[in-house]
Amino acid sequence: MADEVTLLNTWPSPFGIRVRIALAEKGIKYEHKEENLQDKSPLLLKMNPVHKKIPVLIHNGKPICESLVIVQYIDEVWKETSPLLPSDPHLRAQGRFWADFLDNKVLDCVRKILLTKDEKEAGKELIECLKLLEGELGEKPYFGGEKFGYVDLSFIPFYSLFYSFETFGNISIESECPKLIAWAKRCLQKESVSESVADPEKVYHFWEQRKKKLGLE
Amino acid sequence: MADEVVLLDFWPSFFGMRARIALAEKGIYYQYRDEDLQDKSPLLLQMNPVNKKIPVLVHNGKPICESLIIVQYIDETWKGKSPLLPSNPLQQAQARFWADYVDKKIFPSLRDTWSTTGEQQEAARKEFIEALKVLEGELGEKPYFGGDSFGFLDVSLVPFYSWFYAVEKCGNFSTEAESPKIIAWAKRCMERESVAKSLPDSEKVYNYVLENKKKMGLE
Repeated sequence: MADEVTLLNTWPSPFGIRVRIALAEKGIKYEHKEENLQDKSPLLLKMNPVHKKIPVLIHNGKPICESLVIVQYIDEVWKETSPLLPSDPHLRAQGRFWADFLDNKVLDCVRKILLTKDEKEAGKELIECLKLLEGELGEKPYFGGEKFGYVDLSFIPFYSLFYSFETFGNISIESECPKLIAWAKRCLQKESVSESVADPEKVYHFWEQRKKKLGLE
Repeated sequence: MADEVVLLDFWPSFFGMRARIALAEKGIYYQYRDEDLQDKSPLLLQMNPVNKKIPVLVHNGKPICESLIIVQYIDETWKGKSPLLPSNPLQQAQARFWADYVDKKIFPSLRDTWSTTGEQQEAARKEFIEALKVLEGELGEKPYFGGDSFGFLDVSLVPFYSWFYAVEKCGNFSTEAESPKIIAWAKRCMERESVAKSLPDSEKVYNYVLENKKKMGLE
């Protein structure tokens, strides 16, 4: 029986991009449904009644929510192709730690830059976080080592937002964290990534509009 | 070569309790070190330079940080006994989803119920009770969140039970009245040695909370 896979998503969401990259890495065919978050579909409300958020992966009718939970699920179900998490428990723990760092420390800064007036202060805090990530990357081609992996996948969607962070937050990521920019460009050479990430200019205009609506500009 | 396992922890920390329970479930011998969070040890700062927080599991000299990551590490490293995460990927995903829910909804609302006053406390209390009811729905008629066996989500949530008494006194409500099934589940978990040995006494936690409220000028 063929797998039925659907992704409920919105195009600017870095969390949705994580799932798209994972599905592309594994070569999984799926239906992409673009949600309007101002008018959520009955399907989204049924599949994620707790948080009512995207992304939601629906696999043979069963929903999986929260981007990192979805990515780990995809990795475990489609084990044979392009493993994302390493098999060694300690390396897995490290991968999960840095993904958690993205979803806590980095995301706090991102929210402040995009949704508040404290953009410049948050911009400085973001640079601090990015420098820690750059330190973790070190001289490796990817966070996963020789191969693109879980942390790379979790982080690269934020690259679509770098232009927005720089413009709103008055920072230059290229001059502060050149290794991260080199890493991002390396990731973008992968088809699974380049086909999944959002266009930075488009993303910037989206958030510029959103800030205007919220009275933040 | 024998495993060297050290847990850097702080006795009232529900995150630390998760690691203690997991280690006990697997029967792992380890050294427990209680940290003074006002005066963090060089070892803690060396082992968790990014967040500088407990718990940290140090296994043969290598650190693992963040409680849910530690529990999964313990489950994957000591596979033979008491599996905590289910083997089915969908059930694993559900367990992870709900553990994340506990971290996002139970932890902040519980914290704000004891550490704030007025409207903020009222809002936190409502959110805490609401979250417990959602979890009660997820538990359903099962003995444990894991089904018939004690598992990952049970480990993730049960530490908060040691704080219920303190939070009820501060917030002036009864968790038993609001979520009787959660209390029944917690008591069932407390019959397990791994849980009973890992959770501090509720009165001790309440006294700790009162001391903190004094320091914060809240009582």
